[in-house]
Amino acid sequence: MALTDIEFAPNQKETEAVTAHVIWMTSGQGCDGDSVAMTSATNPSLEDIIHGIIPGMPRVVIHTPVLAYENGAEFFQAWYDAEEGKLDPFVLIVEGSIPNEKLSGEGHWAAIGQDPVSGQPITTNEWVDRLAPKAAAVVAAGTCATYGGIPAMKNNPTGAMGLPDYLGWDFKSAAGLPIVCVPGCPTQPDNLTETLLYLVLQLGGMTAPIELDDALRPKWLFERSVHEGCNRAAYYEHGDFAKVYGDDHRCLVKLGCEGPVVKCNVPYRGWVNGIGGCPNVGGICIGCTMPGFPDKYMPFMDAAAKSLFSAYPAQFTYGPIYKKLRNWEIKRNGDKEPAWRHRKNKLTTGYQPRHYAK
Amino acid sequence: MAVKTPTEREVVVKEMSWDPITRIVGSLGIHAEIDFTNQQVLNTYSTSMIFRGFDIFMKGIDPRDAHFITSRICGICGDNHCTCSCLNQNMAYSVKPPPLGDYAFNLAESADFMFDHAIFNDCMANVDFCEQMVKETNPEVLAKAEQTSAEHSSIHGYRTIADIMRALNPFTGDFYLETLEVARYTREMYCLFGGRHTHPSTIMPGGCSADITQQTLTEYYIRLMRYFEYCKRTIPMHDDLYDFFYEALPGYERVGFRETNLVNWGCFDDPDYVDYSYANMTEWGRQRFVTPGVVLNGELVSTDLVEINLMIRILLGSSYFEGWENEETFVTHDPLGNPVSKDHPWNKTTIPKPQKRDFLDKYSWVVSPRIFDERTGKHVACDTGGGPFARQWVTAKAGLVDLGFLKATGESIKMALPRTASMPEMEFEWKIPKWSNAIERDRARTYHQAYSALVALHCVQRAMGEVKAGRTKSWNDFKVPDEAVSVGFHEAARGVLSHHMVIRDGKIANYQPYPPTPWNASSRDVHGTPGPYEDACQNTPIFEKNGPDNFKGIDLMRAVRSFDPCLPCGVHMYTGNGRVKKVVHTPTGLC
Repeated sequence: MALTDIEFAPNQKETEAVTAHVIWMTSGQGCDGDSVAMTSATNPSLEDIIHGIIPGMPRVVIHTPVLAYENGAEFFQAWYDAEEGKLDPFVLIVEGSIPNEKLSGEGHWAAIGQDPVSGQPITTNEWVDRLAPKAAAVVAAGTCATYGGIPAMKNNPTGAMGLPDYLGWDFKSAAGLPIVCVPGCPTQPDNLTETLLYLVLQLGGMTAPIELDDALRPKWLFERSVHEGCNRAAYYEHGDFAKVYGDDHRCLVKLGCEGPVVKCNVPYRGWVNGIGGCPNVGGICIGCTMPGFPDKYMPFMDAAAKSLFSAYPAQFTYGPIYKKLRNWEIKRNGDKEPAWRHRKNKLTTGYQPRHYAK
Repeated sequence: MAVKTPTEREVVVKEMSWDPITRIVGSLGIHAEIDFTNQQVLNTYSTSMIFRGFDIFMKGIDPRDAHFITSRICGICGDNHCTCSCLNQNMAYSVKPPPLGDYAFNLAESADFMFDHAIFNDCMANVDFCEQMVKETNPEVLAKAEQTSAEHSSIHGYRTIADIMRALNPFTGDFYLETLEVARYTREMYCLFGGRHTHPSTIMPGGCSADITQQTLTEYYIRLMRYFEYCKRTIPMHDDLYDFFYEALPGYERVGFRETNLVNWGCFDDPDYVDYSYANMTEWGRQRFVTPGVVLNGELVSTDLVEINLMIRILLGSSYFEGWENEETFVTHDPLGNPVSKDHPWNKTTIPKPQKRDFLDKYSWVVSPRIFDERTGKHVACDTGGGPFARQWVTAKAGLVDLGFLKATGESIKMALPRTASMPEMEFEWKIPKWSNAIERDRARTYHQAYSALVALHCVQRAMGEVKAGRTKSWNDFKVPDEAVSVGFHEAARGVLSHHMVIRDGKIANYQPYPPTPWNASSRDVHGTPGPYEDACQNTPIFEKNGPDNFKGIDLMRAVRSFDPCLPCGVHMYTGNGRVKKVVHTPTGLC
């Protein structure tokens, strides 16, 4: 067999013959922050996905308004084709909250396109109704689309909600998948591109179905709390808390960080290419990945009572003792080199050429 | 069939829609009537079709939440909003951050401009000038480009203008792909101080909560020097490309042309002067590393932020809102005792009223901010020139900025870029152009990449001085007062950004953010004055070779994108290949 016939993935030729389209709808009530985040992703990057970086992965065509070459009708053709079943399979990504159009009378809160007969705008809700049932997978990108987020906060005039609230939490796509929620305000860039890559591989039959938790989040991305992945968590264990923002690099819980009770991987994934983040670089966690965001975490800069509940015992009992013992251990032991590293005439390393040292 | 008299000819006008206008952030629809006989754009309507109501649901919240919430207005200018809100809150709480905090804001925001102008220019706007596009719209121009040597090829490495165009082809052109990478490491630079992009975690009232150490500054500085090398190739390459368009298509200066009516609020505060107070805003505003100013009919009429604040008016007309004549007046006089208009953002009450779209009446969710010209009593529709054009125009004219390697002369801005890994020191000069048009807005953007990098260079060196001197504090504490009236003036990458706030009983009583897009994308106001996109498109001549049936509208696209539209607001769509609106017979004395 010639080396060139080797397959680098099972059924590589067949899976690479699949074309998966991505219809990226940014016309929810959002800010396009998740699209912009996507352009900063590095693992995988947008080009990685488009150029098919992994052997065997289906070809991916992304129809995103942020980078599309086409305008207007040429751009929109893909939406009509998707609706008519001409793009099979396709992934529908929705960005932004879904408003309650029962409250907007003859007008609209969010719309895209216009009805050829009436000349009136077509609501985003109608587009979701038309496209979601045809999609092989439906992704809610960002906290607005997943759970409602900022436009859905208290006193909002539009009745905004997340995609699962609108389509139903038990909604199943054409391929039988629940809505895949990638929360974050905006989503951590790689969380979004990695989820998209996973779904593409799944559509190519290359991997097991995506595992989601009760809030429809990919399990591997959201199984740990911010605190569990935070490089400042040891200060918490020591009961040692920052008193000011900025050059005080201790735990931020008393300055408003919600990390102990928020599910997110940003502290160990960073933001762009591993750089940045939230409490790991000095910013309080405001719970932006959570279904309860933002109302349940406001005012953001005040310490949450529930976090303090566990902070005080650490501060006033074992914390300072651990800290003292550990620092002492570092100073007494770890910071000192073993005694045999010297330039004296005699070797004192314990080296014995014929048998193990005793 | 129409009978033509010798003095009449048939004029075909088609109503066209481009919806969405892609390669911008957010979505925008442009509806225009195109006169294909005279190759002219007639009436144009800019629409935005999404409403969220930030100024409504922010009422009653803790003012310290304002920067976290308002950041979410926009997914590309989010950090600009966050910063603007913090400047605004600093005024309300009378707090001045330590110098390292101010430098951190400048370092973050200049990195944002470096990122934003790079990705917008070469992955979005300049796709309109790429080989593939020019081939589809003006094949004769591409043929000429193949034969035209690029003047600065020894610097940027592209032999002909067509080679530059090829480098800009999406996802295949090498300059396009390089820019995607540049747009990532510049966002790494942002995240060193802002934590995250575009909704930062560390930008706070009172200063920056990032842990700023020697390591933070080193990581920033190294990336900044890589960026300078990129700028040295970018500016000459764009100059060659844009100059070629003037030469290849005589009259191209009329594309996107409008009167030079500009607004720019200035940005990058100098910690040696800024105290964030309203009382001293005139002085510290003029010390900004980008000078604030209002330009009316090509004349710089003010650089005074207090005066400018009082000139701002919010008008309705074609947007889906009710007036606030009968609502509460929050601020009758500013903190200096000057009277404040009922139409000023401080006094605006937002009352949405969704309704059927009607181009003769209400057709957009975008209101109409205007500058009130006391001398004439007129409300002027000013634009931001996409940001860099207005920032550089005002800064150059005012002649106040001098950082040594960055100097405003009164007619131009001189910039010296330091030696980098493989290129020597280089000097550039941006001169105030003759026109406010599409090409010059795009050109200003490429120069502003270097401008922003030079501000960053100044600030990173100063910040290192602070850290070496042991002044590592970057945040100061404050108390929220029961009552306050405040404003934050800043620049988003694409232009003016203001946040006006009224605090009562320690809570937000009114919060009115005005980003660049309402200025640029505004609809016709109550006086019938069209917004800048509408104005710049109307009367734009058509150079595209495609006829009505496969018309791409490339000249219009270039006109609109030159403003760097950013509308996390409205989207809508195209209805077909252009419906013939009317065939009119106009008398013509010429043919």
